[in-house]
Amino acid sequence: MKRLLPINRHLTERLAFTLITLMSFATVIPIVAVVIYILIQGAPAVSLEFLTGFPRDGMRQGGILPAIIGTIYLTVGTAIFSVPLGIAAAIYLSEYASDTPLTRTIRIAIINLAGIPSVVYGLFGLGLFVIFLNFGTSILAASLTLSIMTLPVIISTAEEALRSVPQAFRTVSISLGATRWQTIRRIVLKEALPGILTGVILGLERAAGETAPILFTGAAFFLPRLPQSPFDQTMALPYHLFVISTQVPEMPIQIQYGTALVLLVFVLTMNLIATVIRSRARAKRQW
Amino acid sequence: MEKSLNWYEFIITRSIKASGYSAILFVALIFFFLVREGVPTFFEADLASLFSLRWYPIEEYYGILPLITGSLMVTLGATLVAVPFGIGTAIYISEIAPRWMREILKPLVELLGGLPSVVLGFLGILVLSPFLREFLDLPTGLTAFTGSLLLGGIAVPTVVSVAEDALDAVPRAYREGAWALGATRWQTIWRVTFPAARSGVLTAIMLGVGRAIGETMTVMMVTGNAPVLALELGSLFSPVRTMTATIAAEMGEVAAGSTHYHVLFFIGMVLFLISLGVNIAASSVVFRAKKRAERILS
Amino acid sequence: MKRFIPLAIATCILVFSTSCGLASSETASDSSAAYIENKGSDTIVNLALAWAERYQGEHPEARISVTGGGSGTGIAALINGTVDLANASRQIKAEEIDQAQANGVEPVEHIIARDAIAVIVHPDNPVSELTLKQISDIYSGKFSNWTEVGGEDRPIVRLSRETNSGTHVYFLETVVRLGSSEDKTLFSTDTLLLPSSEGIIAEVRQNPNAIGYDGLGYVPEDLKTIAIAEEEGGAYVLPSIPTVNDKTYPIARDLYMYTNGEPAGTVKEYLDWIFGSEAQEIVAELGFVPALPTTSSP
Repeated sequence: MKRLLPINRHLTERLAFTLITLMSFATVIPIVAVVIYILIQGAPAVSLEFLTGFPRDGMRQGGILPAIIGTIYLTVGTAIFSVPLGIAAAIYLSEYASDTPLTRTIRIAIINLAGIPSVVYGLFGLGLFVIFLNFGTSILAASLTLSIMTLPVIISTAEEALRSVPQAFRTVSISLGATRWQTIRRIVLKEALPGILTGVILGLERAAGETAPILFTGAAFFLPRLPQSPFDQTMALPYHLFVISTQVPEMPIQIQYGTALVLLVFVLTMNLIATVIRSRARAKRQW
Repeated sequence: MEKSLNWYEFIITRSIKASGYSAILFVALIFFFLVREGVPTFFEADLASLFSLRWYPIEEYYGILPLITGSLMVTLGATLVAVPFGIGTAIYISEIAPRWMREILKPLVELLGGLPSVVLGFLGILVLSPFLREFLDLPTGLTAFTGSLLLGGIAVPTVVSVAEDALDAVPRAYREGAWALGATRWQTIWRVTFPAARSGVLTAIMLGVGRAIGETMTVMMVTGNAPVLALELGSLFSPVRTMTATIAAEMGEVAAGSTHYHVLFFIGMVLFLISLGVNIAASSVVFRAKKRAERILS
Repeated sequence: MKRFIPLAIATCILVFSTSCGLASSETASDSSAAYIENKGSDTIVNLALAWAERYQGEHPEARISVTGGGSGTGIAALINGTVDLANASRQIKAEEIDQAQANGVEPVEHIIARDAIAVIVHPDNPVSELTLKQISDIYSGKFSNWTEVGGEDRPIVRLSRETNSGTHVYFLETVVRLGSSEDKTLFSTDTLLLPSSEGIIAEVRQNPNAIGYDGLGYVPEDLKTIAIAEEEGGAYVLPSIPTVNDKTYPIARDLYMYTNGEPAGTVKEYLDWIFGSEAQEIVAELGFVPALPTTSSP
């Protein structure tokens, strides 16, 4: 009986490890498969004309330039509002706040913001920006909505980045006579910058790919020209993909895959940039 | 020089403090607006109708129960997918995989988290739904199950990253102690590391669930959108309608200020409260676990 | 790291200037741009888009933006004063007229095309003829298997548009309720309420169990259209331009555009063009039925 036990333990380990390894691959392989599948199906549609032309023939031909530009505008708009506010809030949490009930409430609030469904953000954006503040369905309203949605991501990653800067840096700086803000600005922020940047890019990546928040706050089915002002509506890649895959009859399947591919490339490039920044920073880190 | 520095510093510090409080402001603002537009429901819609079993807004049937069960059914399915695969992957990445594999897997999982939901919904309509219909011999491939599979995929990265952080945070000493006592690696993981990271793993699951409940575009595209009261297990394989899809599909159409408009905001309120509940539960789990850990270590 | 910043800034500037350049080249000819906002029915949206494209091709100074969202959205936008032309696949309701007049808006109705509602099934489905009553029974849930209407032993999967769609409302009143206003029959709860016409097409195309309905303009060649008899014993008629115009096809309806007051200026020019032969040819090309030009105030 006793002689069986050691074999059992190792057998269990073998089995468990195999199962877990399989599970991990089962999680990861579909991701790769999805990307490759869209790449294969969509690549034939992507040409210079596709990327720089306007839609024609009921969007069944031509290009998706307005959607691409629209997504860029929305991403930039989101960045303008969420990045300064988010980094400032992160600085507060990491450098100034102590463990008071107020601080705990702020943290709970951030976790909650992160968990709110994207369509509820859309409702909120509709209620506040479109109707109450009377911005109408516009790039402005959509960007503001997206920024509030992106805020928690930026705050939490930025705070983590700031916290990871060793306390010694701050102590030395203060001991040399710098004020708190000088310390933060010149030393802590600089050191935490790669981490913050990673968080910002990942947050913006999510904003670029979201559809529900812009559904009622700024996205349009078809616009004859590029948006001229922040108060204009705009086309956007995620909404465009939704529209052409569900609303337009006789839409060539290639254009659908092509649009999906462009959106995917847009999002994945941001992901790649963030990852590269992070690993380079980690390599160069002297602490 | 001193004086201007002080002024400058003062303004900056105040702005930073204000930014810090902004998170609370936004949560409060969101809740306020949802309530402002959602509460009139109780005055305008027939209360009996709200709790009835039929969702047919153009004829004043505002029964939200089918929508709630639809969301719950899809979330349940998504959890059943995301939890085993998510935690399994987290364990693999943090405990079993060699370093080089970890460097490949972590970015890949993060990539999954970045995939736009509309792209997954798109593939769901074109590829997954017909496949499931044939493979499982269902009347239609647009079901809660299809939604669950895709949602599980969307929730997995959240589960993996939080769980992996939790497993990583377990002090090396725990593992070394177990090894010193002669345990195999798996025994260590299963009986020591994993239980030690229990609260973090629980948080991971709850955050994953929160992500699944809140997903909109994917479910709108693949779950069929039929407002069926989904109570039995078999309903997993038939079409359902989630709260999120209802809002997204119908919001554009309602006249501002109409009863339907208020009911949709009411549903938004319900969603907000559900995610609030999940998050508070997750935080309190972590909070209590931290307290316990502090007591043990001190 | 530092070296990347100038590169990143340069890329941003490049992207911005390109897009600004493209934007300005678009507006160079735009100094006296006539901008028409057109919003509403998803049934009409593709027709509206085709018209907008052709019209802008011939009149480069005009700019027409087209958005969907459903008949209700268009009318709501007209009431709010945010659009010039509201597309609707159903007539404006009495409450909406009241709301409009309360806002100082006087809706004027224009019938811009006519539309047959086609009932479609999978090409392999042996059923090709149904009476109106049979279709009503299918959709209200009385019939659940294709054998009950002469088909194979398969479950019936019912597809419908969303409740906010004008098409849906029309189908409910004319088919499910057989035109009777006292009838309170509803769609069966497990009817899939898909958020778009194209969704119905996609599902019917690959699901042999499915039955759906859609504007004729949305039905592609490869799907099977059911010939419908108004009553038991009557002639089974397929939808087409002649059968709609001579009223032998029982489910056809008018498609509307609403303006605030009598149209004037660029909107009037556009509407006049829409009633002209070129625009009406586009109507036929897209599978709708050309209208006989009429204008009326509801």
